[in-house]
Amino acid sequence: MIPFFTNNFGNAASRNHPFGWAAEEAVDYAREQVAKLIGAEPKEIIFTSGATEGDNLGIKGVFEMYASKGNHIITCNIEHKAVLDACKHVEKMGGEVTYLDVQENGMIDLKELEAAIKPSTILIAIMYANNEIGVIQPMKEISALARKNGVLLFSDAVQAVGKIPVDVNKDGIDLMAFTAHKMYGPKGVGALYVRRKNPRVKVTAQIDGGGHERGMRSGTLNVPGIVGFGKACELAIAEMEQDAAHTSRLRDKLEQALVLVEEAYVNGDINNRLPHVSNISFKYVEGEGLMMGFNKNIAVSSGSACTSASLEPSYVLKALGLGDDLAHSSLRFGLSRFTTEEQIDYTIKAVTETVLKLRDMSPLWEMYKEGVDMESIEWAHH
Amino acid sequence: MAYSEKVIDHYHNPKNVGTLDKSRKNVGTGLVGAPECGDVMRLQIEVDETTGTITDAKFKTFGCGSAIASSSLATEWLKGKSVDQALTIDNMDIVEELNLPPVKIHCSVLAEDAIKSAINDYRVKNGMEAIQFEESLVH
Repeated sequence: MIPFFTNNFGNAASRNHPFGWAAEEAVDYAREQVAKLIGAEPKEIIFTSGATEGDNLGIKGVFEMYASKGNHIITCNIEHKAVLDACKHVEKMGGEVTYLDVQENGMIDLKELEAAIKPSTILIAIMYANNEIGVIQPMKEISALARKNGVLLFSDAVQAVGKIPVDVNKDGIDLMAFTAHKMYGPKGVGALYVRRKNPRVKVTAQIDGGGHERGMRSGTLNVPGIVGFGKACELAIAEMEQDAAHTSRLRDKLEQALVLVEEAYVNGDINNRLPHVSNISFKYVEGEGLMMGFNKNIAVSSGSACTSASLEPSYVLKALGLGDDLAHSSLRFGLSRFTTEEQIDYTIKAVTETVLKLRDMSPLWEMYKEGVDMESIEWAHH
Repeated sequence: MAYSEKVIDHYHNPKNVGTLDKSRKNVGTGLVGAPECGDVMRLQIEVDETTGTITDAKFKTFGCGSAIASSSLATEWLKGKSVDQALTIDNMDIVEELNLPPVKIHCSVLAEDAIKSAINDYRVKNGMEAIQFEESLVH
């Protein structure tokens, strides 16, 4: 990436001098690397600023482009906010959106999906894998339903691409958003895959201008970012298998040790899950308070309300049927190819000790231990 | 936003964690918040019945670091005060002392509510009327 920040300063859209050609060549090469990772053709890759833009372009772009065909979109209630908010925008613009509930394990119900499809349905937007619990959706089955009904399939695959094999043709996906920084690449660059054959898919541009990216996304390309994204994709192809074996082994070790803590529960389906994610609720301790015990050395996130300005706990965990109290008590662990055995051992010790310490100062833990029925208490909801 | 040093200190070295015997007449217990809201505080005071002085205070809190720090600080401030003096503790004093950001003000409100609730429990147990407090507006 560095040369493209410094010496090779050409604009990939400048067609009249060698500086532009060099940049264009670098972008073309990266486009091939990115396409290869997901089994696509280079021409099917639209570079974006990240997956939030890809989600917006994919959903709003299809809604506008296929307005004459219908106005109904089906999605689910554990999607990333970028998808949910793009769908809300579609509703404001006169579209209709069905938000499917997920089952307790975080998987969508295929029968419910099929029942939701109607003549006006133009798009199904289901994430490949969830960002909080790592649960992988049955993309091939979803695609079969979409194909059978002549509906396009969009997928936010941010969490899956680079971590598990994703192939837009084998999986039958028509549009797919993903991003570099979730696969060890730079921040601020991503891609939207848009199918060109069987069927040929088009989206209406959401950013108008010079007609870059085949008219679907105007704006000067982020050449250094794109070069880094390409390299990250190349490395993912080479290392995905061993990365997955490495992270899943350490993830399982972490999880098996942490669920030995009394009243600790894993959230989401453990059989259909990304190799590097674990989401665990430690009942009767609050997630943000828990993180504070080790946040100097361990970066995790929590479904607790206190971590966000909204003061609402994780909508993903609530969608699984978890009570607000368990959602507040959750931690999400994300591992990487760089995570070491020592780090996992340290994490097991630090998290366990903090849970025990906080329970010693938790009135709820005391009540639980004394057999107090907490449902019977009239809590002052604030 | 980073936590203030005082919040971090109370979190790692909380003062007065524990439980007083709530069945005793000179112990007042306040339990505020709700598990679904992500914070529950239980604050207890032990009062010398002859002098009206708070001789001990204990807390247990389920919540974030700021909630733990607010209740820890409250117990420190309560000890040695008379029950009447304790009523003057304002949540904004806690905000100031701990440097709480706006999003954490509710933690201090909860601590103030817990103090008032513990005092009222003590008053009712000892034949006094409960004080009617204005609804806190911050919630």
